[in-house]
Amino acid sequence: MVLSIEQDLSRFKKIVKNKIRKDLNRYISHSELIGKKGKQLVRIPVNEIDIPDFRYDRNKQKGVGQGEGDIGEPIGVGEPEEGGNGKAGDRPGEHILEVEITLEELASILSEELELPRIVPKSEKGLTAERAKYTGINKTGPESLKHFKRTYKQALRRHILTGSYDPDNPLIVPIPEDKRYRTFKLKLNPFSQAVIFLMMDISGSIGENEKEIVRLETFWIDTWLRANYKGIKTRYIVHEAIAKEVSRETFFSLSTSGGTLISTAYELCYDIIMREHYPADWNIYVFHFSDGDNWSREDTSKCIRILSDNLLPISNLVGYGQVESSQSGGRFIDELKEEIISRDNLLLSRINSKEAVLDSLKEFFGKGK
Amino acid sequence: MRFPTELKKIKYELEKHAEKMGLDFFPVVFEVVEFDEMNAIASRGGFPTRYPHWRFGMEYERLSKSYAYGLHKIYEMVINNDPCYAYLLEGNNIVDQKIVIAHVYAHCDFFKNNFWFQKTNRKMMDEMANHASRIWKFIEKYGYEKVEKFIDICLSIENLIDVHSVHFSGRTQVSESDADARIKVDRLRSKDYMESFINPPEFIAGMRKKKEDELAKKKEMRFTPQKDILQFLIENARLQKWEQDILSVIREESYYFAPQGQTKIMNEGWASYWHSKIMTSKALNDAEIIDYADHHSGTLGVRPGSINPYKLGLELFRAIEERWNKGKFGTEYMECEDYEEKRKWDKKTGLGMEKIFEVRKTHNDITFIDDFLTPEFCLEHKLFVYSYNNEKNVYEISDREFRNIKSQLLLSLTNFGKPVILVDSSNYKNRGELLLTHNFSGAELNALYAKSTLENIYKIWQKPVNIHTRINDIKVIMTFDGEKHETSTVQ
Repeated sequence: MVLSIEQDLSRFKKIVKNKIRKDLNRYISHSELIGKKGKQLVRIPVNEIDIPDFRYDRNKQKGVGQGEGDIGEPIGVGEPEEGGNGKAGDRPGEHILEVEITLEELASILSEELELPRIVPKSEKGLTAERAKYTGINKTGPESLKHFKRTYKQALRRHILTGSYDPDNPLIVPIPEDKRYRTFKLKLNPFSQAVIFLMMDISGSIGENEKEIVRLETFWIDTWLRANYKGIKTRYIVHEAIAKEVSRETFFSLSTSGGTLISTAYELCYDIIMREHYPADWNIYVFHFSDGDNWSREDTSKCIRILSDNLLPISNLVGYGQVESSQSGGRFIDELKEEIISRDNLLLSRINSKEAVLDSLKEFFGKGK
Repeated sequence: MRFPTELKKIKYELEKHAEKMGLDFFPVVFEVVEFDEMNAIASRGGFPTRYPHWRFGMEYERLSKSYAYGLHKIYEMVINNDPCYAYLLEGNNIVDQKIVIAHVYAHCDFFKNNFWFQKTNRKMMDEMANHASRIWKFIEKYGYEKVEKFIDICLSIENLIDVHSVHFSGRTQVSESDADARIKVDRLRSKDYMESFINPPEFIAGMRKKKEDELAKKKEMRFTPQKDILQFLIENARLQKWEQDILSVIREESYYFAPQGQTKIMNEGWASYWHSKIMTSKALNDAEIIDYADHHSGTLGVRPGSINPYKLGLELFRAIEERWNKGKFGTEYMECEDYEEKRKWDKKTGLGMEKIFEVRKTHNDITFIDDFLTPEFCLEHKLFVYSYNNEKNVYEISDREFRNIKSQLLLSLTNFGKPVILVDSSNYKNRGELLLTHNFSGAELNALYAKSTLENIYKIWQKPVNIHTRINDIKVIMTFDGEKHETSTVQ
């Protein structure tokens, strides 16, 4: 039996994907996903995938059960009100159905909004992952790759051309010349020596909310790139008055306080590049996020110097994202803008809220550098 | 068709046992399938071929995941058809297969003999395939998305049928002449070139309008509320031919599945009763006891928040058998007030077997519960009513009183636990609006779902749609006029 259910399944998945795409921002700004990894399933509420009908309000309903227990003994948790607390009724047509997809799938949906960086082959080692993709048709090939439909079409065409086709007895016999075979091309998957530096300001001036926004944005950069490039390296740097490299887990969970010296992070980043990711061999991407509140004017000048002289010349892309709240009056982004003569591999982005993360990602990756 | 020889022998043996014990079934075609095929078939309501729709894919995804996490396993699936088709899960041990085969024969006996299945299409395998090819034809003509969207709308109201109508009155078909009468206007005879002069278009249009209005009024006059809303829409809504056809397909399938919903407790109870009887008295060998007990108890396990139809049905059939064997029925027994005497009651009437066969023939879940659920049974099987506690956001046990348990159970079974909705008027406010009525029985409609459903009906009716119901105990009419929703109170 052919499992033609596949067709219904792929149609369902397509509908889900479209719904998610329509509402992508909501999922991107969903902090609970932080800390998950590629193949892990995430539950996502999707609107309007359920088919509505006349039904009872379940939480006002009673039912019959079976088993031990005194009156008043709880047997199960009620369903949350649909459409948010107490809001029932003001948003018709919204039925929440939770679907499960992997983080990878979510990242691939994100891909349609963003352009992948053009990572260029830089060194001999570890360049590619080859993958065969069946794309073409050929007249020769192994029998196991025979394309039946094309073969019979070809045979039918020959029968008709030669006048040997008899509609009353539509017998089609392919001869060797009719045979068609599938051919494949080797597709080079983007796989390159590339390293991403994710740097985050964790100083005392940044509130929990701002840190969360930074974590969200870095999380999506990380997840999305990992989903698309095999073997990409990510290095995580946090800084306050001093900078240090940390693990992925720490990066997404750490919270400390202290003063802010942004230059320490840039120095450390440059240092690691020169020691371990030599620019001739590696594609380098640098992202830094802070509230723009640096300790001193001198340190900012130092940052600008490191950026202009060291990081920008060797990086494919340097992105700086400034998380802004009502309290913080960070000047760093403005100073960068004023001091650095425009370079097209420097991208600056202001992020005001969780909801702005997607737009910020688009600012960084809209160009596909 | 895969059905290994070793199972053929077992099947033959079990078939003989079932026959000797009095079961009477259609021939059964067995097939062994792998778990993903089983899930695929199950997600299509038991049929290998149905029209394409994403919701089957969604169901398949759900079943596959739930299977992968070990949350469920479908052992068997039977289709009410003549012959019956039954799918068994590959890789199960022989005891499991034996139980399942015995179970299947009892289902088939139920399909063949229960009154509520009498009018179902016994060639539904073919019919489902026909439906699929009809809908594929429309897809080729109108495009996948357009057809799919319309099916979505139809599914939104697929339950709005009258399950009793098949037994008590002939179903009416769309009458072509009725539809024609609406638009035919008498014209004066004329030559072609004189046509527009003798029969001016605006005059004809005016006449047509007048006729239409008259017809609508006439219809309204002889209108009686009806439950088969699908049939009503097929006959009266301004649908295109292909839309009408799809709605008929949905309706026909709804009627096919309805008896299964009406007899879930009885049907599963009956099958469990017989697999247990056949296995323990005939088919089981010593080595298989443990596996049998394991499987059987798995089937009959209960969770606090719900009733297990297998368990409830089986125990009720057993209770009926015992009562009729001991003569625990009739006025004398009912009027006896001595608890001890009642408990020991045994007139050795021996009518149990005969009685349960009669019950399986004439009852549905509602009458089954209504006639045979007793206070003793509720006590013995620890049934209770639960309700929702608003403050704690939990469901909790709220009642163990027999009368309340019974009425709650009957209420949840009424109309498959869905609200009863009728069409009340097709010319509401004298403006051709549709008026539906919710027969209020204590539980309120989910307002969000109701609104979206109204929107879907609007897409079919193409004029404002209203429903008469209650919110917070106040009578209201919810309206969707094509753009916005409105809820107004009714005096």
